Amino acid sequence: MTTRAGKFAGTFIAGGLKSLITPVIAIILALILGAAAIALMGLSPLKAYQSLLQGALGSINGIGETLVKATPLIFTGLSFGLAKKGGLINIGAEGQLYLGGLCSVIVGIALKGWPIFIHLPLAIVAGFIGGGLLGLLSGWLKVRFGASEIITTVMLNYVAQYFVSYMVNGPLIEPPGNFPQSPPVAESAQLPIILAGTRLHLGFIIALLAIVAYYVFLWRTSTGYEVRVVGQNPHAAGYAGMNARRDTLLVMFLAGGLGGLAGVGEILGIQHRLFQNFSPGYGFDGIAVSLLGYNTPIGILLAAILFGILRAGGNMMQMMANVPVAIVYVIQAFVIIFVAAEALMRRWQVKRRAARTAAGAAGLTVEGVSKNG
Amino acid sequence: MGDLKLVNEIVNFLSADLRTALPLLLAATGLIFTERAGIVNIGVEGMMLVGSLAGVAGSYFLGNAWLGVLVAVLAGGILGLFFAYLVVTARADQVVIGTAFNILGLGLTTSFARVIFGVNTAPPQIDSFKPVAVPVLSKIPILGPVLFNHSELVYLGLVLVPVVHFILFRTTLGLKIRAVGEHPRAADTVGINVFHVRYGACIVGGMLAGLAGSYLSLSLLNFFTENMTAGRGFIALAAVIFGKWTPLGTLGAALLFGAGDALQYRLQAANSGIPYQLLLMIPYVLTIAALAGFVGRAVAPAASGQPYEKE
Repeated sequence: MTTRAGKFAGTFIAGGLKSLITPVIAIILALILGAAAIALMGLSPLKAYQSLLQGALGSINGIGETLVKATPLIFTGLSFGLAKKGGLINIGAEGQLYLGGLCSVIVGIALKGWPIFIHLPLAIVAGFIGGGLLGLLSGWLKVRFGASEIITTVMLNYVAQYFVSYMVNGPLIEPPGNFPQSPPVAESAQLPIILAGTRLHLGFIIALLAIVAYYVFLWRTSTGYEVRVVGQNPHAAGYAGMNARRDTLLVMFLAGGLGGLAGVGEILGIQHRLFQNFSPGYGFDGIAVSLLGYNTPIGILLAAILFGILRAGGNMMQMMANVPVAIVYVIQAFVIIFVAAEALMRRWQVKRRAARTAAGAAGLTVEGVSKNG
Repeated sequence: MGDLKLVNEIVNFLSADLRTALPLLLAATGLIFTERAGIVNIGVEGMMLVGSLAGVAGSYFLGNAWLGVLVAVLAGGILGLFFAYLVVTARADQVVIGTAFNILGLGLTTSFARVIFGVNTAPPQIDSFKPVAVPVLSKIPILGPVLFNHSELVYLGLVLVPVVHFILFRTTLGLKIRAVGEHPRAADTVGINVFHVRYGACIVGGMLAGLAGSYLSLSLLNFFTENMTAGRGFIALAAVIFGKWTPLGTLGAALLFGAGDALQYRLQAANSGIPYQLLLMIPYVLTIAALAGFVGRAVAPAASGQPYEKE
């Protein structure tokens, strides 16, 4: 098992370097189209991108902010990526994020006078479980009733968002109840700042650990191997005696939990209290992050940082160049489109090459497996 | 007297149900074509959003709500064509491209709405649709006010149901579409151009999504607001599945989901004491419940979601 895992790790690092070309081209093309949209609005694309970069990377504070924005994107990217590896589509990270934030805030408020090394982990775990249960619900609906997780996860996004809105307007509202927000969590439940003078908090380190955990789980454990096989070919996995239903439940729970951690970081690391609509769509951005990073640990990290730059610089762009922040969505959408279309061209190349040299075919198939989901 | 009040309540409710069901129905009707041709389009939400803004912008610049609808339908058709290129010709993953279209729709409409209409200004007066009472028919007790006192787009949507049913199940074209969705290879063998049929289905699906979006902004709500579709594209997708890929079944599903929406408004207005956020959840919870309760037994077109490769 170890040698196989090692071999996988080898191909995947090599594949990662080779596949860097596609995302870079995709990003460049997407930026060009974004520039075209900005020009169409009668604004200056050059000034827009300049102020975007300035805002995201021009100062320590900017860099801190970029990593702050990248943190939830790492979690939601891992969330989508893990589900995808298991053959599932999780469009519910947004809702899982909200529920994760809610659960961590409840623990953060309810417990008082606890030492930070107990209270903080408890609040984080609560957030993970909160998001995980929402993911598990979609998994269960799929396994039990055959309900498409694509639609149930989307529907639950809205349910979770409204539920958080209800909680901060009702049961969790801070007395005397002038604003729809919860009281602040105890200091012992807050993620400490790790870069002085910025908002960068411990959640970023946890996100990096989550990336490692993602790699270890998928490529170094037998359960992870099973998940990938089920994701690749559920029928074959069934013949091999693997339990696809159990894997679906497990994967949706873990994916949901990762989505929940995105909410934990936002609430315990930045806001320190819960209010409605606290996510500007980090859950959906995770889909782009995961696709751009080909679901590989390093890829997801790099893609999250890229989108962190877009997010962190977006505000400066709006201020300095008058370009709506929402143009960032347009750029992200085109990145996804180009990556998705390019992946196909690469598959054609692989096929042509495989047809030409039958000898190399076996090696390429292994690469195809690691790349494909 | 009490009875009359109840009847009035029911009439109002059913009329509201039809109004809120209609965007779902229009988008779902388009989805029936794409799904029957073997393509899953979860990007319909984004296409609807673009239709909403295009409709308002068209009406604003051209001064006529019908021209707004035309612009929305064209915009939807162009998106449908682009979608078809990506999933049919480039054979990209349909779910991934669909997701990208949703993000694209949100980004484009949010950005351009700001540029076209400014940020903090009051919505400008635009030509929009008003309810039109159908002569004679609207005078029928109960049925009249429920069915025959709506904007023209509602009648259009209702007419589409039998038309689409006829096309799908009574014409050669419908047979071709269904064949492509069930068994593209076999369809190809008997000389049907799988690519053309799928392109056509995607374009028609996009046009109807655009129409559905313009209904939202020109008839139901009378202006464009950020992300105003609020998941209706996905609910329409669920309605197609729930309605087992038939126009009539989809109409029923749309009315069911619309009822959830209408009920939510009604309970909010009635000051029921139930927190409004919980009421807002109703359509989404209903969608999940419907999917879980019935869809296990529905059978999707066999080739749904799979790109076709000519050998």
